[in-house]
Amino acid sequence: MNTDLVLQLTLQGFLMGGVYGLIALGLSLIFGVMRIINFAHGEMMVFAMFLTITFLLSLGLDPYLSLPITAAIMFGIGYGVQRIFVNRILDMPEAMQVLVLVGMGIIFENCTLMIWGGSDISPKTSLALSSFRLGALTVDVPRLIAFVLAILITLMVILFLKKTSIGKTIRAAADNRFGALIVGAHIHRVYGFCFGIGAACVGAAGTLLVPLMPAKATMGAPYTLISFVIVILGGMGSLFGALVGGLIIGVAESVGTVFLPSSMKQVVSFSIMIIILLFRPQGLFGGKG
Amino acid sequence: MNRLYILLGIILAVLLFLPQVLNNYWLEIFILIFYYAYLGQCWNVLSGYTGNISLGHALYVGIGAYTSTRLAIVFGLTPWAGMFIGALLAMAVGLFIGFLGFRFGLRGVYFVLITISFAEIGRLIALHMDSLGSFMGLFLDFRPGFWNMQFKGNLPYYYIALGLLLFSVVVVRAFEVSKIGRYLVAIREDEDAAESLGVNTFRYKMWAIGLSSFMTALGGTFDANRIFHLSPERVMSMGMSIEIILRPIIGGMGTVLGPIVGSFLITLPAEWTRAYFSEVGRPGLHMVIYGFVLIFAVFFFPRGVMPFLNRVFKPFFIKHSSPGDNVRDL
Repeated sequence: MNTDLVLQLTLQGFLMGGVYGLIALGLSLIFGVMRIINFAHGEMMVFAMFLTITFLLSLGLDPYLSLPITAAIMFGIGYGVQRIFVNRILDMPEAMQVLVLVGMGIIFENCTLMIWGGSDISPKTSLALSSFRLGALTVDVPRLIAFVLAILITLMVILFLKKTSIGKTIRAAADNRFGALIVGAHIHRVYGFCFGIGAACVGAAGTLLVPLMPAKATMGAPYTLISFVIVILGGMGSLFGALVGGLIIGVAESVGTVFLPSSMKQVVSFSIMIIILLFRPQGLFGGKG
Repeated sequence: MNRLYILLGIILAVLLFLPQVLNNYWLEIFILIFYYAYLGQCWNVLSGYTGNISLGHALYVGIGAYTSTRLAIVFGLTPWAGMFIGALLAMAVGLFIGFLGFRFGLRGVYFVLITISFAEIGRLIALHMDSLGSFMGLFLDFRPGFWNMQFKGNLPYYYIALGLLLFSVVVVRAFEVSKIGRYLVAIREDEDAAESLGVNTFRYKMWAIGLSSFMTALGGTFDANRIFHLSPERVMSMGMSIEIILRPIIGGMGTVLGPIVGSFLITLPAEWTRAYFSEVGRPGLHMVIYGFVLIFAVFFFPRGVMPFLNRVFKPFFIKHSSPGDNVRDL
């Protein structure tokens, strides 16, 4: 085994892990506040990727510039989905919740398919192939930018939840829904905001992935699953855990390709998930189980 | 209850004679209805009665299908025997997953996630094993004959699927009224209370997952010998697991007739929209409608269709219904 190769893979996985963390942040936020697992998460991300590509191809907007627009649109969609659909299932048994969100996933995936078709699209972006060398390692510029932006957005969301008044209301609702209602929190608006922020996070992550890989309408499901793994690893509802979990899974999958075929790298992450579920179901940073 | 059994008998008689008047396309639809109702019934044993939602039942379908097919290809073993070997193998895997899940006390979302993980690992392994045909999958040679479980035309498959479904209904009904079934319902309603009354919850949940995985695998063999092709994407994907759980949830979990009602309700619209919109040339639109159907089914029947049917038809079937009667009677 070649040390340079392992180092290179570790670096690539670490950079990718930042984006993974941003994807999982949205899922973790939605679960932590509403106790709902968003089975449509990956499909929402792919939808955002295609939005970004449309901005790029029709308006010539670079993904890094259109990121706020895409995130805002995804926020609106997430807010709407919560108010119209998810709001009605909050008190239903789990099986029913799963069914509705799986239905949402099917709708998102096939809307993408209908609007943009089923083929791979990899548009040319300004920095797509640029890279620089760092000792023996090669660093992709778009990957580095994606990493930095993903970490920045994650920290901003965490700061938003810690400092602002709506953020504090969201955390209060997550802690104790009934208590938040008593002190006058507008719980439905809070939930809508929360789902919107979750969707905006995953939308931003989708935008950051556009320069890195070809987009395909049906590629969402693996991302849904990988964000489950990250959220379990970091702790359901723990925002910081989502970030760290994303970095760990990014590195583990990337280094896993040294001894497994690359399409089997997910075996590593699912094995991690099983072990965490059995021995530490509250995750690395989760408070309660 | 008698009138209900008479009605079910009439429906069964109609189904037995139905192929005489159906064309090939409708036979296919009915086979799909029976097949998915059967798989839903198998899932129902575990998830409907114990309340532990499994989202990885495609794994057992895959194990059943691949085992019997591989045995038929290598040793020339008839699928009629191979299906039981596959079922035993699936049961062993199911018991292993159940052991981990139940022994470590995973409930709710956590149990869902562990079943997903095992199913995905299984799919990825099948995707990379050359002896299982890797991503191309296995192709079965077409050698019609009873012992090969391969036939020309859909008629024999119709009766096999109907037989499987009847078998599952009888097994699940016997299971439901047995002591174990009662324990399982108690576990679903309140696991801690059941345990404190001395029910060995772990043992009975193991019974449920063992039976469920065994029966699911039998369905896999049937499917393999009908389609003549197996691939991890078709039989072991997450999508397959979702297909399995849709019908019993919409029909009504924890009821014997729920998966069948759900299958009649969902399979037809799914096929129709698919046929219609693929002609019009709008890929994806039928699935969007399908997604909305699922969502609105949950909104209108939050506990499934069966409790609703029970309320409407119960006065007809049961003359002296006391106020305390549970809707679970049908």
